[in-house]
Order: sequence, then structure tokens, then C-alpha cells
Amino acid sequence: MQPQDLLYAKTHEWVHVREDGPDRFATIGISHFAVEALTDLVFLELPEVGRQVKAGESFGEIESVKAVSDLYSPVTGEVIEVNAGLPDKLETFQDDPYGDAWIAKIKITDEAGLAELMDHAAYQKQCAEEGH
Amino acid sequence: MTTQLAHTPLFDWHVSHGGRMVDFAGWSMPVQYASIVAEHRATRNAVGLFDVSHMGRFLIAGPDAQTFLDRVVTRRVTGMKTGQIRYALVTNKSGGILDDILVYHLVDPDGKDFYQLVVNAGNRQKIWDWLDKQRTCPTAGTANIDWRDITTDTAMIAVQGPRALEIVRPLFDVDVARLRYYYGVESKSSGGAGLVSRTGYTGEDGCELIVPADSALEVWEKLVAAAAQFDGAAAGLGARDTLRLEAGMPLYGHELSEDINPFQAGLGYAVDLEDRAFPGRDALLALRDDTSLPRRAGWILSGKRVPREGYDVFDGEERVGHVTSGTFSPTLDVPIACGYVRQDLAVADTQVAIDVRGRREPARTVELPFYRRTT
Repeated sequence: MQPQDLLYAKTHEWVHVREDGPDRFATIGISHFAVEALTDLVFLELPEVGRQVKAGESFGEIESVKAVSDLYSPVTGEVIEVNAGLPDKLETFQDDPYGDAWIAKIKITDEAGLAELMDHAAYQKQCAEEGH
Repeated sequence: MTTQLAHTPLFDWHVSHGGRMVDFAGWSMPVQYASIVAEHRATRNAVGLFDVSHMGRFLIAGPDAQTFLDRVVTRRVTGMKTGQIRYALVTNKSGGILDDILVYHLVDPDGKDFYQLVVNAGNRQKIWDWLDKQRTCPTAGTANIDWRDITTDTAMIAVQGPRALEIVRPLFDVDVARLRYYYGVESKSSGGAGLVSRTGYTGEDGCELIVPADSALEVWEKLVAAAAQFDGAAAGLGARDTLRLEAGMPLYGHELSEDINPFQAGLGYAVDLEDRAFPGRDALLALRDDTSLPRRAGWILSGKRVPREGYDVFDGEERVGHVTSGTFSPTLDVPIACGYVRQDLAVADTQVAIDVRGRREPARTVELPFYRRTT
């Protein structure tokens, strides 16, 4: 996936929304900016498949040598799949943040959270303001 | 209200080399340039260069310098050989730790003795004020000392790792490899006089340099170029913290505070009580064998989740202590932590659990340090 085609949460998660008939599915990861800011990743906790999450709710954690950060779900829905091999291959975040390092897929049940997400240009502006 | 952060003489270098600058005790310091783990490994395997200019540096000279220091620090200053450096503590009347410091016994070009103290950046003003108060002694009168704070006139650079002495050697006219551990000597660096000491805070061999502020960049750039030959690198405060934690060294504000006495912290070796008079001496005599207070311990966790400062330590359902520092050890490849725990549990191989954000992670108590260099 190309970073330009994705949506972003203030908390640095990216979202790719796929429509399938009446259903909408979100694939979620964390941005290259976030990976660079965290550095030295040591631990990832994935959400559980089947869990109902609300947009903005913590649904996992990612830990670096320096600190731990919550992962926030950018959308409301049900976790239908997680990238189970990712916690053992954390270098993937560095190598392919918008592809192989996807974290979870969520079936969107309420579109409320989607409106809050930024496009790539707006997200880049936020990153520039955070100074990096 | 925002306060202006202090800059070391190497600030511009850090910024132009990708240093992520953070506020540390009022100084803008690089926490890392790229990867903490890479900087940590460079130090263990070759050499790491650290700007530690934020540490406070005081010179103390004059006829009463020695007797004055002898009555404020926990270890004897009298009897220190020329060039010798001692790790010591400054304690308050109740034996709580005001700071952990290095005392250097040096000699000037005229052959006169003087002393230098290196204190923690965050305690610089506090210790200065404390010393000023202690200058006046009810029995001995006011100490006749000349003293000044040379922190901003100088820079301090730590060169740490198995290649450290090799890269420092060409820059100074003294043979640093012959310098004994915890000794220092004044030398002529390329850009002016400098002090080289065989000291550090990483668990590796190495040295620390104190050079005039205006020659700091020149010395630093020479070190960077020399270090690069061995895959050594500049390292930030992040790596400094993981290195010192692996080496079991306490950090003021985490393992050490005014509420902790030296014996609890495992720093009994840094306290001489016999025939001494310094603030806290009598309190420490009573505290030495007090088993009711928590003790510092080290833990290795079996999972991957990292315990952080403030997390609770449990023995069964009972909260028995807390974590003061924790990280993921790049050398051991496991989460490690230091903290304070009920004294009977601060024994190697004792199993406890650490509450890592709501989940109890099994932890094994280990002898400190976590890491000891082999050569």
C-alpha cells in the first residue's frame, strides 16, 4: 500500500478501508513516522480476534527500549484478523510499515470514527509540527 | 512559563547529526542519534562517545579544601593519592542521599593540591548550596576554601568501550593505558589543557575527559573520526541509561534519593563511618544494620514486556516493592529492572512478580550487576 492512499489517526495509526458490498473493512498499521519515533522495538501485543473495539480505544501496545505506547483503534468494529507472526518479526515495521507490518483487520460496524481521520497531506503536516 | 534549556558546547553538533534533543535536568541533550540499541552495542563492542557536559563540575582549592570535603562526603578524602578519584555520597542529617558524586584529588602546575567534584546535573545547585552551608562548622569555624563552578567553562566527554583507550591515546600527551582505574591526570590536549580520568558509567573500560569549552568540538570530532574506524559511534542518554542499568549502577532520581540511605542502595562500600564526622554519619551508624527498610534488588523477567519506573513488585498477593528503573537489555536480550523490595526478598533467585500494566509478570531476583565485562 502507498502511504499517500491511506488515512491516519492523530495517534499515528494508518488505516486502509476496503469496501466489499455493504461491508467496510479496515486494515490498520502504524506509520513510518511512528516507527522512526519509537525505534528499537522489543514487544508488540496484538488485539484479540473477535474483540469489539471503539474508535480511539486502546487495543494493543507496542514497546521500545525507551518506552511503551498504546495502539489505538482508529475505527469502531470487530477485530476479524491479526498479523500473528508480526510480534516475532518486529523488524518488519522498519522494512515495510505500510505492507507486511499491518497489525489488524477490523470489520467496521460504525463509521463515526472515520470522519476524524486525516488524509496523507494533513498527517504529514501534523508530523512536521511534531518536529522530526 | 517556558524556561530556556542550557546547551553544552556540543549542542550544535548533536543537532546537525540527528540527535533527538530532550530536556534533561534543564539541559537540551541527545537521547539518541538513531538507535539506542545500536549505540549500546557500539559501546559494548567497540567504543561509544557521550557528551556528559551537563554533569556539574566544581573546583575546590585552598588551605582547608581537604578537611572541608572530609566533613561533607561519606568517604575519607584525607589519604587520597594525587590523581585518585573516589565515588562518594553526600548525605543529609538523616542519612538520606543528597547526591552521588566523584571526588578527584588533583595537583596544579605549581604542585598545590586541589579537588574537583563531579555531581549530577539535576543536583548541581542543591549540592552547591549544601556545600556553602557546610562551609561554616560550629567547631572548626568557616573553611578557608577557594571554590568555583566550572561546569559551563568546560565540556565533559565519556569515551567508553574496549577501544576507548586506543582512540583517546593519540589526543593526549599522557599514556592513558597506564592510568589506573579511578585515577586521573591533567594533560595537554590538542586544543588546550584537559583532564583525563579512567572512569565511566557504562560497565566498560574507558575514560572521561574534561576539556575547556572552546576546544570541546575539536576534541569531539577527532574522537568521532577515530571511533568510526572501529564502528564506534556517538551515543545518547538512552544508551547511557541502558548501559548503566545493565552494569547495575544506580541513577540519582531513580535508585537514589533523599528518602533512601546508602545501605539500602547497596552502596555501603561508599560509606566510611569510623572516626568520621559528616552530616548523616550518626544516623547511618544506626541505619547500617536496620533490616526493616527495603533494599535495592535486580530482576530479570521471563516475558518480553518491559517493567518501567513505578511498577509494583508482588510476592503472592502482597505488594512488596517497586521498580525504579527498567529496560529491555540489549546485551542479555531480556527485560531487566532495578528497584526496592522487602529486605528478605532482595536475595538472588527469589521469585517475585512485577505488575506490568495490569498483568503479573514472573521475575527472578539476580545479583547485580546484570552484565560484567569479561576483560
